[in-house]
Amino acid sequence: MLKITIGQYYPVQSPIHRLDARMKLLCTIIFITVLFFIGNFLGYAFAAVFLAGMIKLSKVPPKYLIRGLRAIIFIIFFTAFLNIFFTAGGDVIFSWGPIQITQQGLVNALRMAVRLVMLIIGSSMLTLTTTPIQLTEAIEFGLSPFKKIGVPAHEIAMMLTIALRFIPTLMEEMDKIMKAQMARGADFDTGGLFKKAKSLVPLLVPLFISSFRRADELALAMEARCYRGDVGRTRMKQMKMRFSDYQALAVMGLFFATILGIERLAGLWGVW
Amino acid sequence: MSIQIVNVDYTYSRGTAFEKKALNNVSLTIEKGEFVGLIGHTGSGKSTLIQHLNVLMRPDSGSIIIDGEDIGADKSRLKAIRSKVGLVFQYPEHQLFEMTVYKDVAFGPANAGLDADEVNKRVLDALAIVGIPEELHQKSPFELSGGQKRRVAIAGILAMGPEILVLDEPTAGLDPRGRDEILNQIKIMHEKLKLTVILVSHSMEDIARLADRIFVINHGEIVMSGTPAEIFVQTDALESLGLSSTQSTYVARRLRAAGFDVPEDIYTVDAAVSAILKVLM
Repeated sequence: MLKITIGQYYPVQSPIHRLDARMKLLCTIIFITVLFFIGNFLGYAFAAVFLAGMIKLSKVPPKYLIRGLRAIIFIIFFTAFLNIFFTAGGDVIFSWGPIQITQQGLVNALRMAVRLVMLIIGSSMLTLTTTPIQLTEAIEFGLSPFKKIGVPAHEIAMMLTIALRFIPTLMEEMDKIMKAQMARGADFDTGGLFKKAKSLVPLLVPLFISSFRRADELALAMEARCYRGDVGRTRMKQMKMRFSDYQALAVMGLFFATILGIERLAGLWGVW
Repeated sequence: MSIQIVNVDYTYSRGTAFEKKALNNVSLTIEKGEFVGLIGHTGSGKSTLIQHLNVLMRPDSGSIIIDGEDIGADKSRLKAIRSKVGLVFQYPEHQLFEMTVYKDVAFGPANAGLDADEVNKRVLDALAIVGIPEELHQKSPFELSGGQKRRVAIAGILAMGPEILVLDEPTAGLDPRGRDEILNQIKIMHEKLKLTVILVSHSMEDIARLADRIFVINHGEIVMSGTPAEIFVQTDALESLGLSSTQSTYVARRLRAAGFDVPEDIYTVDAAVSAILKVLM
């Protein structure tokens, strides 16, 4: 069965799970930013070790994370592919007619692939260890400075949460409809591209209908509970930064500094 | 000629925090032409079990043998097996997608590779059995009432020409009239078309009315099996599983407690009525 693990919460107890969602969001943003600072493989190696440590600490099975990557493996390959063929400069390793593969191209492709993989694992660490509700509050908090200039922070955060919340529901629904159509002899796996696309109709029509029905029901349920958006809304659970959150921030700071140091050294030594 | 489920185990999301054992060493045999009821509370493994019957799910271990054939063994036989074992899911009307009622019912037989005449015959027969009048055949299924939609969806399975019909809560969410219509039609399918029927239901009344034999499933294990009379007298055992007996059984029990001489094994409304009349006469 198809499984999308990106954006899903993984329910275990760990120090990472217990961190304040706002701090986790901040740390994730720092991590992603740092990834773009790294220019050499020593830095990537260090970032990978750091990320592995975080995964270990979060108690999310690595297998689970890798399965999440499968869904986007195409994007990674595509990016790498573009980089291989369309990077100019460096020594030509292979050429065939107009196609040239340069050393620079290979290095770039590898760098892009590693960066993407870490980017995705890093950001799934946030969603895997944070419940959707906490995540919304963190996003809303992060966006709140922009409320002044008319950004509907609360609504954006709510939309994001609803989207995340409904991924598993829709997957389940799709699985159910798929099975129901398979029980009627539908075949989703064989045939050419056109036949395959056509075979999706019995799947997509019911799925759309049920999504609209769900949206309708959800809107009604929210209204029945007097949901009016941001104004005057209070929270049952207030978020609170604790000492461990500042420790996490310090760890991220150290990580940033180390990466910068490695960059400097690599520059001096001429490592690529 | 029968369905044999032999030592079937199944676990969801094995090896993650979501791991859940759904079936635990389930074994049972259903004879050809039987009408079997399957009961159990929510999450007991009923739906998982019936999805094994037409290879929508495959057991982690154990096997399912239908008419002497291990149904998981040969992939090229999948379509044939899915035609033979018709599976009607919960809320089957959610799977309707075609422009017209007729086309939707034709989806299954057309997938089975039958020629146009045969498909046409099957569609008309199936729609006749579930009582959808001809003037509705060219309408969009989305214009029909809830009960009609469900009957169209059931016709979609019937048109595949199954020998075994498995229904998962076919009456859920219907009004009493819609429920009676569907149950009567299921009865007709069992008697006239000689189908082996497996009915999953939360309604003890429905099961009591129709089934020859009952299996009770709890935490992925078959915990009780027997005729309705044998099962429904065990009121306490059923209640301890989060189920109940039929309302008629409860009435009879109260009457006995109050000193009236009514038999213990009453489980249908008809039996309760005649027993009470006998006492009153």
